Amino acid sequence: MTLKTEPFILNVGPQHPSTHGVFRMRVTLDGEVVVDLEPVIGYLHRGIEKLAESRTYTQIIPLTDRLDYLASMTNNFGYVLAVEKLGGIKVPERAEYLRIIMAELMRISSHLMAVGFFLNDLGAMMTPVLYMWREREKIMDLFEMVCGQRLTYNYMRVGGVSQDIPDEFLPALKRFIDEMPRFIDEYEQLLSQNEILLVRTKGVGVLPRETAINIGASGPVLRASGVKWDIRKADPYSIYDRFDFEVPVGSTGDCYDRYWVRIQEMRQSVRIVAQAVKQLPAGEICVKVKQPLRLPAGEVYGHVEAPKGELGFYLVSDGSIAPYRLHIRPPTLINLTALRDMVIGWKIADLIVIFGSIDVCLGEIDR
Amino acid sequence: MTVSLDCEQVAKRLSQELPGSVVTVEKPAIVIRTERLREVAEFLRGNPDFEFNYLANLTAVDYLDYFEVVYHLVSLTHNYSLVLKVRCYDRVKPTVPSVVDIWRAADFQEREVYDLMGIVFDGHPNLKRLLLWEGFVGHPLRKDYL
Repeated sequence: MTLKTEPFILNVGPQHPSTHGVFRMRVTLDGEVVVDLEPVIGYLHRGIEKLAESRTYTQIIPLTDRLDYLASMTNNFGYVLAVEKLGGIKVPERAEYLRIIMAELMRISSHLMAVGFFLNDLGAMMTPVLYMWREREKIMDLFEMVCGQRLTYNYMRVGGVSQDIPDEFLPALKRFIDEMPRFIDEYEQLLSQNEILLVRTKGVGVLPRETAINIGASGPVLRASGVKWDIRKADPYSIYDRFDFEVPVGSTGDCYDRYWVRIQEMRQSVRIVAQAVKQLPAGEICVKVKQPLRLPAGEVYGHVEAPKGELGFYLVSDGSIAPYRLHIRPPTLINLTALRDMVIGWKIADLIVIFGSIDVCLGEIDR
Repeated sequence: MTVSLDCEQVAKRLSQELPGSVVTVEKPAIVIRTERLREVAEFLRGNPDFEFNYLANLTAVDYLDYFEVVYHLVSLTHNYSLVLKVRCYDRVKPTVPSVVDIWRAADFQEREVYDLMGIVFDGHPNLKRLLLWEGFVGHPLRKDYL
C-alpha cells in the first residue's frame, strides 16, 4: 500500500527567535526537506525614504540610525559621506580618524552579534552569545562615552562628528585593542574546530561565486564565496587608503566560510583601530556648515562597506533644504535574494542555520 | 579605486554597437531608450571591455513629468562603474523591461520599485508588492501621493 503524501506549507515567523526580527519565510516542505521558500517582509516598514523627503539633511541622520540598528555608526557614516560628496564638504583630519575608529568598532560589534546568534541558531543556546556580548558590552561602553547612547548613536554630522572624545575614552579603547585579539583567539579555540559546528556548517548552504556576483551579494556573504571585493579596498572612501589591513576571503561559500570570514574581519578591524589610534591627530572635529544645509542640485551615489555589505545612499537634490529623493541600498535585502537557492534540498534545521549565516537586520531590510 | 567610466565615451561606443539605443548623456548617467534597455544591459554585461557583472543598486525617482529608473552598475573584473537611466512618461501604467534574468540582483529591487513607485517591470517572474501588503492602494514614493 502506498501512502498519500503532499507538500506541507510552513510559516516560519514573523515572530520567531531564529528570524532575528520580524521576518517570515513561507516554506514548502517535503517531509523535513525544503522544496521551496519565499521570504515575506515589510513588517518593520516605516517609510524612511519617504520621511527623508520632508526633513532637512541633518534631521535625516537619526533616521539612518534606525536602518541597521546593530551598526548605527556605519549608517551615519555612509549617509554623511554621500551628503559631503554632493556638497563638496571637506572634513577635518581628526574627525576622519574618529569616524574610522567608530565604524571599525561597529563592525566588530556587529560581527560579534552575527557570530553569537549564528551559534544560537546552531543550537548552542545562549552560551556563545553571552561570550560575544561580554566584548560587545565594552564597545557599547566606549560609544556611550563619546555620545551618551548605546544603540542609536546619532554621532556623525555633515562636516565631522558631533562631539570630541572624552579623556577616559582613549585609555579604555587601548585596553580594548590589547585584549580583543586574545578574545578572538578564545572564540576560535572554542568554535573554529568544534566538531558540531563543522558538521553542521561545512558544505551547507553553498553560494557559488558566479551566483553570488549575479545576485548582487556583498559583504561577508560575497567574500565567503571567494570574491575579493571590499569597498574599503576597491573604492576607498574617507581615509581607508592610509591603513594596512587584509581582506579575508573564503573558498567554498558555505556557512562555515561566512562564519570564518566574520571572525577574520574582526581581527583586521582591531588592526585598523590600533593604527587609527596611533595616528589620531589633534584639532577640529567638525567644520561649520551653514544651517539649514542646501546642497547643489544634482545626484550622487555614495557607498560604504557596512558590516553586512554594501550600504549605498542614492541622493537626488533639487537645491532645497530637503533631499528630493533618498534611496537606501540595504545590503541584507539583496543578500537575501540568494536564500531560496541556498536552502533548497536542505532540512528545516539547516534552513535556520543558513538563514543565520547571512546575518540580516530587519531594520534595514524593511526600512 | 573604482573608475567611473566617461559617459560620453561609453555612449559613443553604444551608439556604434547598438545604433539608436542612447537617448542622451546627462552626467553622471547615460539615458537609454526604454525598449532598448535589455540589449544595452546584455551588451555591457557580456562585452569583455566592460563586463558589468554586478548590479549594485536599482531605484527610481519620480520627476512628475516622467519616472526615471536608475541602474548603478559595477564591473568587479575591471573595477569600473557606470550609471544607466531609463525614463517613462506614462503615469497610469509606466512600464520598463525587467533585467532580472541578466542580473538577479534586480529581483527584490524591481519589486520594491513596483511597490513604492508603481512602475511595472515587464518580464519579472514574480512582480508583486515587497514591503507593503497586498491590497494596499497607491504607491507612496510618488510625488503626488499625499
